[in-house]
Amino acid sequence: MSDPREPASGGADSREPDADVAIEEPGSVAATSTTTTTTAAARAAAPEVEPPSRWHTMLHQIATGNAIISVLAVILALIVGAIMIAFTDENVQKASVYFFARPGDTVVAVWQSVSGAYTALFQGSVYNFNRDTFAAGIRPLTETLTFATPLIAGGLGVGLAFRVGMFNIGGRGQMLIAASVAGWIGFGFDLPWGLHMLVALIGGLLGGALWAGIAGLLKARTGAHEVIVTIMLNYVAFYLVSWMLRTPGLLQAPGSSNPKTPAMKETAIFPALLGPQYNLHFGFILVVGATVLVWWILSRSSLGFKFRAVGENPNAARVAGINVKSMYVYAMLIAGALLGLAGVSQVLGTVTTGFTAGIDAGIGFDAITVALLGRSTPWGIFVAGILFGAFKAGGFSMQAAEGVPVEIVLVVQSLIVLFIAAPPLVRTIFRLPDPSRAAKRPRPIVTKEVKAK
Amino acid sequence: MSTTVQQTPASDVPALATTVVTSWKAPIAFAAFTLIALLLAVFAPREGETGFRLSEAKDVIQITTITTPAMPTLWVVIVLLALATAYSVFIVASKRRVPLWLIVVFAVLFMVGFLTWAAAGATIPVVGLLFGSLSLAVPLIFGSLSGVLSERVGVINIAIEGQLLAGAFTAAVVASITGQPIAGLFAAMVAGMLVSFVLAAFSIKYFVDQVIVGVVLNVLVLGLTSFFYSQVLVPNAAQLNTPPRFDRLPIPVLSEIPIIGPVLFRQTLVVYLMYVAVALVYIGLFHTKWGLRLRAVGEHPQAADTVGIKVNRTRFWNVALAGAIAGLGGTFFTIGSGIAFNKEMTAGAGFIALAAVIFGQWDPIKATFAALLFGFASNLQNTLAVIGSPVPSEFMLMLPYVVTIFAVAGLVGKVRGPAAAGKPYIKS
Repeated sequence: MSDPREPASGGADSREPDADVAIEEPGSVAATSTTTTTTAAARAAAPEVEPPSRWHTMLHQIATGNAIISVLAVILALIVGAIMIAFTDENVQKASVYFFARPGDTVVAVWQSVSGAYTALFQGSVYNFNRDTFAAGIRPLTETLTFATPLIAGGLGVGLAFRVGMFNIGGRGQMLIAASVAGWIGFGFDLPWGLHMLVALIGGLLGGALWAGIAGLLKARTGAHEVIVTIMLNYVAFYLVSWMLRTPGLLQAPGSSNPKTPAMKETAIFPALLGPQYNLHFGFILVVGATVLVWWILSRSSLGFKFRAVGENPNAARVAGINVKSMYVYAMLIAGALLGLAGVSQVLGTVTTGFTAGIDAGIGFDAITVALLGRSTPWGIFVAGILFGAFKAGGFSMQAAEGVPVEIVLVVQSLIVLFIAAPPLVRTIFRLPDPSRAAKRPRPIVTKEVKAK
Repeated sequence: MSTTVQQTPASDVPALATTVVTSWKAPIAFAAFTLIALLLAVFAPREGETGFRLSEAKDVIQITTITTPAMPTLWVVIVLLALATAYSVFIVASKRRVPLWLIVVFAVLFMVGFLTWAAAGATIPVVGLLFGSLSLAVPLIFGSLSGVLSERVGVINIAIEGQLLAGAFTAAVVASITGQPIAGLFAAMVAGMLVSFVLAAFSIKYFVDQVIVGVVLNVLVLGLTSFFYSQVLVPNAAQLNTPPRFDRLPIPVLSEIPIIGPVLFRQTLVVYLMYVAVALVYIGLFHTKWGLRLRAVGEHPQAADTVGIKVNRTRFWNVALAGAIAGLGGTFFTIGSGIAFNKEMTAGAGFIALAAVIFGQWDPIKATFAALLFGFASNLQNTLAVIGSPVPSEFMLMLPYVVTIFAVAGLVGKVRGPAAAGKPYIKS
């Protein structure tokens, strides 16, 4: 059972000659790799039973796989969003007054409002067909990646803490502190190009790490619940930064009475990746690096092994000789640095003209949803971050073009996470077969053990 | 910081060895706060006299305003604080626990000292300060009651924020349409319950991680209410978003008691409902069959199932009840204060309520006091901003949160919630 691909190859041995055609089936690869454990369990449970036909197995795997659930979850969420857009559209409301006289008008109005909104969403996030050149048409995609940059970094921070069994709601505070430190270095010092950026980056990461480290240290030393401490530190950071922003000599721009910092110096700003006409900046490369790093930490390093052990069962980890308390501190330090990266990429990459106390832009909380959608795995978070970045970029253009409030994006995002988290619900709605019924997989008895204290 | 000492009693007494846990957290925290007061007195002395106004102009029984010279009072307070700290050191050194009354006395003393220092040369309206604190605490108390109920039955309720927001939105809309705040009140309970239904359905029927559902529900409700606010309420503000407010209902005799009367008994219906809710939840949870079953399901669902309690049904309906209570709290933001609904108007109150649940150790009374503490701290800042305080307003705003961190780390320490909270019950 150690190699998840083993049952798939086992199935390939006994396949009939026409199976090569079946392999061309789109989506089959993803579906096969994600449901192999199910088939393995089925094989182990009933070895003597005659195997069903290849086509049946294939269809069953596609219908019960995680990939199809994810796709259907997105579709479901978009349908709900469409209903909301249609119901609140003015033209639809006008046409629905005489629905029974001319129902066609209502249908047309619904189609226009929904298709208009979703076209704007697509053109604002992936590719704009109304532009003449490819360079101008692809700009929305680079915007998506720009919006995704802090979301991925923040999601990694929240997800890493999740894996150690901690809930880091303090993304806002960690981002604010990191942004302030990086911004202060970014506008207040004169350093050569490159070095300046590096110093500001490291300063920001340290700021975020230390701010989160407070919560980790308090949890390790006194047992203070990290949920309370991180929430409280959000507010403390917000007011601290607000005060610094309106105090001359700290963060406030000289000669100004607004609570805003001066612009960052050219030497500290992240270079643009694709030239000045795009907003995509070096922060995206850093985030890709961070994703690889977190993947390496979690699945290849001994520290990551300890992290996961503590996350699975702190008591067992302690008995096994792992220092649980220091794991809490290390995990929060790394998580804070990752959220710090999100804050730094905001001030040195996205908003370089000086920032206010709203620089976090709700990313600290969005990061929680990103981490949940990505199931706290580094590459899952990476994909989820890009998806949410696309929604964010497209949502703003949808608001500008069609007048649909950008909050619809929040609804669609949260519905996607809800639906993906509950595969049985999606299966019931689309009447898909239940894999557990076919495989007779024993359900885990979660309530069997009670935490020993 | 904590040390465990094995105490063996004298040999002639046939008793078992007892384990005594001593904690130096309280004396250390006391010393820190005494030091803060001392630093204020030494490095930022303030001249003038401080007045404490104890009664409003319309009260029947008038109490004269107490006026004290600021600095001498502060020094007296510092001496008392030092004495309390020394006493706590003595208690811990003799292997006993620091009693709760000492912590309360210390906190009140520190507050008096701080207020005399901060408001030197002005008069503090004590009644107004306490009245506002109670008002600001109302949604927090409802929210924390919701959290207590839900978590005691074994479902972690992060969605308090969403329930409050849904309650605030529905109350505003329904009360505006009908013109009856009472109708808004019931609508808010239904809205909070609907949010809870989603939480319960996903976590109980589909075994989704309860924290995930809670966080996502917050985002979902935020998105829904903001969307409908921008799309529907703003264009039709006159019909849909001009909620009437509850009138204040002074209780005839009780409202004339000095200090307590104006604070507790000249409130709106929502606040009186809050008193009833706290009492009912406390009595229900610890003195009725319903509460016993609820707690059994939250602590050990398998055992509860064995004796015939329907675990998932109990969870579902109690989570729904919790949602209704939180929805009630949401009414404070709109019809409770007569304010039109606005985007994100709960502004994190649900998370503060969550902190109050944990701070109050999943006990309705303690959680209520924790919520009152938050309300007091927020209103203290408002009061000091009016009379002009030497401290930057941001630091005053920060204070409740810093105090909470200190309190959670220093006084509460490791808290243990209901054993089965967060785990779905899957009958095998």
